[in-house]
Amino acid sequence: MKTLNEKLHRDYVNKLAKTNRYIRLSQVSMLIFFFSFWEIATVNRWIDPLLFSSPSRVWNLFLTRMQDGSLFTHTSVTLFETILGFLLGTILGTMMAGILWWSPFLSRVLDPYIVILNSMPKVALGPILIVGLGPGFTSIVAMGALISVVITTMVVYSAFKNVDENYLKVIKSFGASKRQSFFSVIFPASYPTIISTLKVNVGLAWVGVIVGEFLVSKQGLGYMIVYGFQVFNFTLVMLSLIIIAILATIMYQLVEVLERKLIHKHQS
Amino acid sequence: MAFLQLDNVDKTFFSKDTFTEAVKDISFSVQQGEFVSLIGPSGCGKTTLLSLISGLILPTSGTVKLDGKNIKKPTPETGYMLQQDYLFPWLTIEDNIFLGLKTMDKLTKETKENAIDLLNQMGLKNKLKDYPNQLSGGMRQRVALVRMLSTDPKLLLLDEPFSALDFQTKLKLEDLVYLTIKDHEKTAILVTHDIGEAIAMSDRVILLDHSPGKIHKVFTIPDELKYKQPFEVRNHPSYNNWFQEVWKELESLENSK
Repeated sequence: MKTLNEKLHRDYVNKLAKTNRYIRLSQVSMLIFFFSFWEIATVNRWIDPLLFSSPSRVWNLFLTRMQDGSLFTHTSVTLFETILGFLLGTILGTMMAGILWWSPFLSRVLDPYIVILNSMPKVALGPILIVGLGPGFTSIVAMGALISVVITTMVVYSAFKNVDENYLKVIKSFGASKRQSFFSVIFPASYPTIISTLKVNVGLAWVGVIVGEFLVSKQGLGYMIVYGFQVFNFTLVMLSLIIIAILATIMYQLVEVLERKLIHKHQS
Repeated sequence: MAFLQLDNVDKTFFSKDTFTEAVKDISFSVQQGEFVSLIGPSGCGKTTLLSLISGLILPTSGTVKLDGKNIKKPTPETGYMLQQDYLFPWLTIEDNIFLGLKTMDKLTKETKENAIDLLNQMGLKNKLKDYPNQLSGGMRQRVALVRMLSTDPKLLLLDEPFSALDFQTKLKLEDLVYLTIKDHEKTAILVTHDIGEAIAMSDRVILLDHSPGKIHKVFTIPDELKYKQPFEVRNHPSYNNWFQEVWKELESLENSK
């Protein structure tokens, strides 16, 4: 009996592994197909290489840009701005949510304004930011933060409000102050929501920073895209896009690692 | 003087459209070391009454006095145990039982050891570093008991603490809680909808009428049952008579709805 179950279990595990292999294989072949089709299509002039560039051109540009060091500068500038905007947006948003939770009066007063700010397309405020904060680094970071701060406030605040009353009852029965209630119950109970807003904010911060760079900068990946577009160098545009895709994915994965670290023992 | 004294306590809840009288004109007293149960049909304000005694909510009129002092907010003298354990899932068992001490700023080596001792007495010796989701329902409720006792409250308020457990676990925990309370010479008030549990555990059973909640009848449990453990009481020959008597009263209330 035991050996039979062992055998069945082995079969089951093999089947799982097999499915996983097929999924990986399909994913990789899609990627290979995409790039090879792109290359072949440009070589055979099915699509215009001037407009769509080609993988080999992008790769060559990548190598030259790596050698003269300019790619590194542009990438690190954008990455730094994005991380800063992301952190600022998340932290300020969470703090705002804390303040709203603290004062129900204030939260009711501010409610319509938050709704307006949230429905407002934040990138439209770009020119105002640039006038106010000067054309450069500060405006771009502000853009990255602004785009995520309101939605973070709303989502985290509603998580704070939805914490089970009974956890509060437990801590209040020990005579907890409002401050103690917040830091021992409300905040830790909302970790899962805060982490999931992190995931959304990663994407939003990239949007804010790239748009900010479109508008104003002399450096960064957004600048590379706009510059490439203006001089009709689409290889440069494609290169920037690919780098952004890779970096944004890495950031997202890092947040997921953080999520697993913080949440794994958290389920009730 | 009574340890806990309620005088003409009313509690009305207000909402935009209406107001609800939850409890009305409640007066009773509890002596030190006594175990009192509150039973009654659903919606009779049992839990409201417990919240009033704990100071989580304040009466609309009337007074609640503990040890001669008016209760205005939750005090360290009362401990509260809820229907479900409500252990914080993000804290280890250890941190969960230190929660009260930490909140009251009384976390010392001595109080810590005392809490851990209590946990060991509950047969949960090796669970300190576990998380609540690794424990069974009965174990979790025992941890909640330790969490409440860790701050050494004088009055224990138990809000249907066994209702979420399976029957066997419930019977075992009744005995454990009963013995722990008698051991530490605590005063306790139990809210329950289980007549048997009320008779088995308490010295007095207060039956509440519903909407608004007011005292309908008080049963004093005779000495022959009073000093026995809950499980033994349930097997005692006179247990059934008491059960029938309380049952009939409760039925008459339900029917008068």
